[in-house]
Amino acid sequence: MTASTIELAVTASDRRIARYAAAAIALSVAEAALPSPLPGVKPGLANIVVLIVLERHGVREAVWVSLLRVFATSLLIGQFLAPGFFLSLAGALASLLALAVASRLPRRWFGAVTMSVLAAFAHLAGQLLLARLWLVPHDGLFYLVPVLGLSALVFGIVNGLIAARLMELSS
Amino acid sequence: MKRWLSLLKTGDWLIVLLSAAAVGFSFPLLWTRGQAERAVIRLDGRIVAEYPLTEARKFAVQGPLGETVIEIQPGRARVLADPGRHQYCVKQGWLTRPNAIALCAPNHVSLTLTGGEPSHDSLNY
Repeated sequence: MTASTIELAVTASDRRIARYAAAAIALSVAEAALPSPLPGVKPGLANIVVLIVLERHGVREAVWVSLLRVFATSLLIGQFLAPGFFLSLAGALASLLALAVASRLPRRWFGAVTMSVLAAFAHLAGQLLLARLWLVPHDGLFYLVPVLGLSALVFGIVNGLIAARLMELSS
Repeated sequence: MKRWLSLLKTGDWLIVLLSAAAVGFSFPLLWTRGQAERAVIRLDGRIVAEYPLTEARKFAVQGPLGETVIEIQPGRARVLADPGRHQYCVKQGWLTRPNAIALCAPNHVSLTLTGGEPSHDSLNY
């Protein structure tokens, strides 16, 4: 076998990101198969992975995992560059921003549930903003806010609890 | 259950409660827009009576066929009785949305709700 002329240095961090991203992609592909009562109401299980990465390895790696997840999942389910992909990307970017800010809160009082709930609401806000500006340029869209907000709250708490429990088990 | 609850820190409770309150308030804030406020009763297109939808009352209009009775209750109104043959406006039941309209055409009477933001009526989308 000819030796490759290009040698890419793979760091431990790269391997870690790839491994976590794979888990996140698996969760969100599995989730895409679940029927949803209303567009936008989804558990967002991949965020459990992002929360764990954020807690253990910091914001930079969480951003990598989250964005790799968005791109790879959309390719896998055939949604790349479709409206759903952009909504997903807008939500992911908004929730990463929220996580970057929230991760500066004192850890003694604010745990994974805080991160998860804030990220869930930011995700909702990012998606709604893009949808309002681009897909549904009408204020009627905001009639969905109470229902979507309730779902963000419930799934935010549940995902945060699962992330906290997983970290407790493995520490 | 207790094991799960122990995962919540003080600040987590605070964030959860604040978010729950925000979601709770978003329901009345975003879902009560466009509530009907007044009932307008017309005969041959001229307004014969206009009442706020705050207290219960009944009102009778004399049309060419006879008496059309309108019933108003807090937040809603309906045509209680009409001499028309098909009874369409009576069967329509309670009107609750702004711009909803019940037409008793044979007797030349109409009942319209107004209020909230002006939007489409129930006949014309």
